[in-house]
Amino acid sequence: MSTANSHSHNSNLAHHFKSLDQQFDAAKLGVWLFLATEILMFGGLFVGYIIFHGLYPEMFAEGAKHLDWRLGATNTLVLLLSSFTMASGVQYAQTNQKKKCVTALVITFLCGCAFLLIKYFEYSHKIHDGLLPGKFFSNHEAEHANLAMYFSFYFCMTGLHASHVIAGMCLIAWVAVRASKGQFNSEFYTPVEGVGLFWHLVDLIWIYLFPLLYLVG
Amino acid sequence: MATAQVVSEKNYLNESKGLWSWLTTLDHKRIGLLYMVAVLTFFLLGGLFAMLLRVELFAPGKTIMDASQYNQVMTLHGTIMVFMVIIPGIPAFLGNFILPLHIGAKDVAFPRINLLSWYCLITGASIAFFSLFKNGVDTGWTFYTPYSIQTSNGTTFVVLGAFVMGFSSILTGLNFIVTIHTLRAPGMSFWRLPLFVWALYSTAVIQVLATPILAITLLLIAAERLLGIGIFDPKLGGDPVLFEHFFWFYSHPAVYIMILPAMGVVSELITAFSHKTIFGYKAIAMSSIGIAAVSFFVWGHHLFVAGQSEVAGIVFSFITMLVGVPTAIKTFNWIATLYKGSIQFQSPMLFALGFLFLFTIGGVTGIILATIGVDVHFHDTYFVVAHFHYVMVGGTLMAIMGGIYYWFPKIFGRMYNEFWARVTFVLIFVGFNVTFYPQFVLGSMGMPRRYYDYLPEYTSLNRISSVGAWTIGTGFLIALFVIIHGLLKGKKAEMNPWGAKTLEWTTSSPPPHENFINEPIVTAGPYEYR
Repeated sequence: MSTANSHSHNSNLAHHFKSLDQQFDAAKLGVWLFLATEILMFGGLFVGYIIFHGLYPEMFAEGAKHLDWRLGATNTLVLLLSSFTMASGVQYAQTNQKKKCVTALVITFLCGCAFLLIKYFEYSHKIHDGLLPGKFFSNHEAEHANLAMYFSFYFCMTGLHASHVIAGMCLIAWVAVRASKGQFNSEFYTPVEGVGLFWHLVDLIWIYLFPLLYLVG
Repeated sequence: MATAQVVSEKNYLNESKGLWSWLTTLDHKRIGLLYMVAVLTFFLLGGLFAMLLRVELFAPGKTIMDASQYNQVMTLHGTIMVFMVIIPGIPAFLGNFILPLHIGAKDVAFPRINLLSWYCLITGASIAFFSLFKNGVDTGWTFYTPYSIQTSNGTTFVVLGAFVMGFSSILTGLNFIVTIHTLRAPGMSFWRLPLFVWALYSTAVIQVLATPILAITLLLIAAERLLGIGIFDPKLGGDPVLFEHFFWFYSHPAVYIMILPAMGVVSELITAFSHKTIFGYKAIAMSSIGIAAVSFFVWGHHLFVAGQSEVAGIVFSFITMLVGVPTAIKTFNWIATLYKGSIQFQSPMLFALGFLFLFTIGGVTGIILATIGVDVHFHDTYFVVAHFHYVMVGGTLMAIMGGIYYWFPKIFGRMYNEFWARVTFVLIFVGFNVTFYPQFVLGSMGMPRRYYDYLPEYTSLNRISSVGAWTIGTGFLIALFVIIHGLLKGKKAEMNPWGAKTLEWTTSSPPPHENFINEPIVTAGPYEYR
C-alpha cells in the first residue's frame, strides 16, 4: 500500500486501480488470456493439419519438398534472435536503460522486417511455380492428387502467422517510440512487457510451423 | 430518502451530457447501457423475423413469402438472435453494469477494451446486416459446408461479421476474468462473490477459450469461399464434417455462454425475493464451473447422424447427460431456497419462477435428445427446435427480463409499473408454452425443422404455435413500453427497493460515476438474510 500512496499522482495509473502493482497484474493477466485465445485460434489450424496429415502423409511429404528448409531455418534463427532482443528490451526498460531499450526494440523490429522479406521471396517463388492453395493450384508436376491442400495449409498457417508478425511489428514500433520518449521506467513498463509476451508467442508458433511444414517429409 | 436524493443529483447518467459523451464513454455502466440499446434493437428485429416466420407457417403452402425468402428470414432470425442478442445479452449488458458493482470495484479492469468490444459488436453486426439484407443469405446461422461455400456472395460478409462480433465476446470475457481476479473490494473473497459473478466468471472462461475456435473456423469458411482452399471440400480431398466438428466445438460451449449468466441472474432473483440465504451457495458456484468444464466435451452430440463413429457417439452421449448433473444441482438448490422463504411475487420473481419451469422442460428434453437412439428419430425435427427454444427463450430471455426489472431501479433510479410488468410475464409465459409445446408434438410426429412447407395434418398444431408466437410478441412489446414508461414517468427508486443484500444495493440509485462514494469493505457473504 505504501507504493500505492506514493504514486497516487502517477499519470500512468488509471483511476480505477489502487496501485501500479495492481494495474500491472491486471494487464499481465489480460495479455496471458489474450495469448491463450491466440493459441486456440492457431490450434484450429493445427488440428486440421493433424487430421489431414493422418489421411495423406505422402501429400505432406511431397509438399515439404517444394519448400526450401534453409530459408525456413534462417527465419527460425531470425525470430529466435528477435525474441532475445525483445527480452533484453524488457529487461532494459525495467532497469531504466532507455537507450539500450530503444536499440533492442529497433533490432527486434528489423528482425521482423527480415523475416517478412524472406517470406516474401518464398511466397513469390511458390506463386511462380503455381504452388497455390486450393483451386488456384496450377503446378503440373504434382504427384499427389490433393497437393493443393498442402499449400492451402501452408498459406493459411504461414499467412495467419505473418499477419501476427506484422501486428507484432506495429506494436513494437509503438513501444519503441514511447520508450524513446522516456515513458518507461522500473515502475512502469507494462506495455513493453505485454508486447514482449505477444512477440514471444509469435516466435513460438513459428517454431512449431517450421518443422510441421518444412521438415515433415 | 433525503440522502438518496442528494446523492442522485450527481450520478453516472448526468455526469456528462450529449451523444458524444455516450459514444466515447469508458464507464462500465454507460457501456452496459450502450449494449442494452444495441441488444434490444437487435432483439426487436430478430423478434420481428420470428413473427414473420410464424405467419408463413400459419398455413401450409405459400402464405406471405416464397421458399427462398423463408430461408433468408430464418437465417436472419437465427443469426441475429444467437450472435447479437443472446450471446451479448446478459454478460455484456447486465454483466457489464452489475459486475463491478457486485465486487465493489470502480470499473472493469480495461475500460477502453470494454468500449472497443461494443464497437466490435456494432461493426460486426453492421457488416452482417449489410449482406444479410443486400444479398439474402440463406445458410441458417450454422453456415454448414458445403452449402455455405456454394451459396450467395453475402455469406462471406456474414461470416466475417460474425468473426468481428466474436472479438467483442472474447474481449468482454477477458475483461471480466481479469476484473474478478484483480479488482475485488477488500474482504471480497471468492466465497463471498455473488453467484451472478460466479456465473459470469464461468461464462467468461468459455468465451475466452471457445470463441477463438469459431474465429478460425469462420476465417476458413471465408478462405474456402475466396481461395477454394478445399479443407472442407471433398472434391479437393477435404471433409465437410470437419467443419461441423470445428463449428460445434465453439457453438456448443456457446450454448452455455447463453445459459450460464441466466442461471446467475436467477440465483440473485430467487434469493432476493425469498428473503432467505441461498441454499447451497458453494454447490451453485461450483456447478457453474462444472458446466463450463463439461461444455467443451459434448459437441459431438450434434453429429450423431453425421457419420461419427459409434464409440464417439456413445461417449458424447454419456458426457452430454453429465451436464444434467450440475444443472440439476442448481435447480434443486433454487427450489430449496424457496422452501420456507418469505416469497414475494414481484415481476422479477415471476420471471425467475418461469425460468425454473421452462428451463427444466428444456433441460430434460435435452437429456432425451442426448440419447442416441432417440436422437436418430428426433434429429432435425421440430422437437429439437422446441427443446432449444425452451432453453434459450424459456431460460435466457426469461432471465434477461427478470434481470432488467430487478436492476431497473438501480440502473435508471426509477421504478417501472409493476402491474404491466406482471402482464408482460403472463403474456410471455403463456404465449411461450402455447408456441413451443405443440412443437414438441410436431417434432415427435416427424415434422422436419427448417422446412418452408409442411403436410396438411400438421396444420392445426402449427396454427396454435403461431398464435402463441404472436402472444409472446405482444408481451415483449408491452415490456418495451413498460421500460420506456418507467424511464420517463417512473417514480424515484430508493437505494434498495427489494431489500436485497448484494453490494450494488448499498450505493445510490443510480450509482455515482465511480460506483461507491467510499470503497466498500466486505465482512460477510452476499446473501445474509436469515
